Amino acid sequence: MNLPKELRYTEEHEWVQTLDGDKVRIGITDFAQSELGDIVFVELPEVGAEVTAGEPFGSVESVKTVSELYAPVSGKVVEVNGELESSPENVNDSPYGDGWMIVVEMSDPSQLENLLTAEQYEQAVSES
Amino acid sequence: MPELKRTPLYEVYKDQAKLVPFGGWEMPVQFSGIKQEHEAVRTRAGLFDVSHMGEVEISGPDALSLVQKLTTNDASKLSVGDAQYSLMCYPDGGTVDDLLVYRTGEQTYLLVINAANIDKDVEWIEQHQIGNVTVKNISDQTAQLALQGPLAEQVLQKLTQSDLSEIKPFKFKQDVDIAGVKTLVSRSGYTGEDGFELYFPAEHGPALWYKILEAGQEEGVLPCGLGARDTLRFEARLPLYGQELSAGISPVEAGVGFAVKPDKGDFIGRDVLAKQKAEGAPRKLVGIEMIDRGIPRSGYPVFAGDKQIGHVTTGTQSPTLKKNVGLALIATEYAGLDREVEVEIRGKRLKAKIVKTPFYKRAK
Repeated sequence: MNLPKELRYTEEHEWVQTLDGDKVRIGITDFAQSELGDIVFVELPEVGAEVTAGEPFGSVESVKTVSELYAPVSGKVVEVNGELESSPENVNDSPYGDGWMIVVEMSDPSQLENLLTAEQYEQAVSES
Repeated sequence: MPELKRTPLYEVYKDQAKLVPFGGWEMPVQFSGIKQEHEAVRTRAGLFDVSHMGEVEISGPDALSLVQKLTTNDASKLSVGDAQYSLMCYPDGGTVDDLLVYRTGEQTYLLVINAANIDKDVEWIEQHQIGNVTVKNISDQTAQLALQGPLAEQVLQKLTQSDLSEIKPFKFKQDVDIAGVKTLVSRSGYTGEDGFELYFPAEHGPALWYKILEAGQEEGVLPCGLGARDTLRFEARLPLYGQELSAGISPVEAGVGFAVKPDKGDFIGRDVLAKQKAEGAPRKLVGIEMIDRGIPRSGYPVFAGDKQIGHVTTGTQSPTLKKNVGLALIATEYAGLDREVEVEIRGKRLKAKIVKTPFYKRAK
């Protein structure tokens, strides 16, 4: 399983990368994209939208399934990966790179402490 | 939850495929990926394990009478070696199951039914048994593989001396030697492509699976799962029981009225179905294409203005067309081509329009 050590994770299979100034970049894990199969549609919020930790902020659809995306932290969406509208397959090809989804400016950076490390996430996946 | 059943091929693919529960069976949903497998079948060929399907043999002097009573199509038209798409219905016109009827002998018919319906169907058939007929459920002893795609014949021909080009669509040959296994070879399928469905004793399942894949290596034959089977049949507008057809949906509503023959004599459901064929059914299965961004999915409600007019039965992004399309069962008065409707997707009403089906038709 490809799980970069520097990222944090959620049990709902999102990854979180901390950027400068209380900002984080969010996407779904390699495990998640592989479970979903060919991704054909990604629905993301607009820049400026508020997201709440644990609540859905969008959805990702493969040929067969629809899955909700859950916000790992609360805050305001400051960037959205518009490329995914025309190239949703980027999520399959590069889940930690071109397949990123949104950047959020956190309202409560202490929420980062609730997230899983790569080891903890791997553990959670293997137990599910 | 009752334990999931497995086909004779389970050991072959359990470590290579993603498995899912389907109709009480643990089945491969995909091997290399749904889009890739879908494309293989449209352009080359793909191999499916469909051994979960049920097979029921009906034999005896009154076999034809029983088949005629139970099914909507006219089985009296079948000669030995002919196959026919048909349906079993309830007296109210709702569908018990859709099936293939093979005439395998002067007084013998083989019915191929959906996996999830085997127990229900067998019970239904036995309930209506008449005269001198034997009904035998041979599902567990029978494996079924489907080799589908434009290169299917070329690949399968390598494994047999029998001339496969002699088998025309909806015809079959019995006891064909395919790589040493006596097989019923039927030119039929559930993908909208040319291809074959092979029926043979369960114990030969794994051997024949490997032989066919090996024979098709050059042609790029891929093992395929139920995911691609679903997108392929969907594009070709072939109904899936549980979605386009059900106890609450008649064959005429589902657009397979061509397999309902009221003039053949009496059968279960005839009165209602004859009336629907003559006067039109209150609901109709139509194709929809999204105008707004979104993918229609099974069960999503369809609206015209404030009024719910039906629901989506199947929807996805068509791998061939790359369009977000669906099949929807809606009130007939709204079924005109190009008419705008709305699909409710996760609480939002999104625009779509009625389009022609099938979404895909192979060039002859």
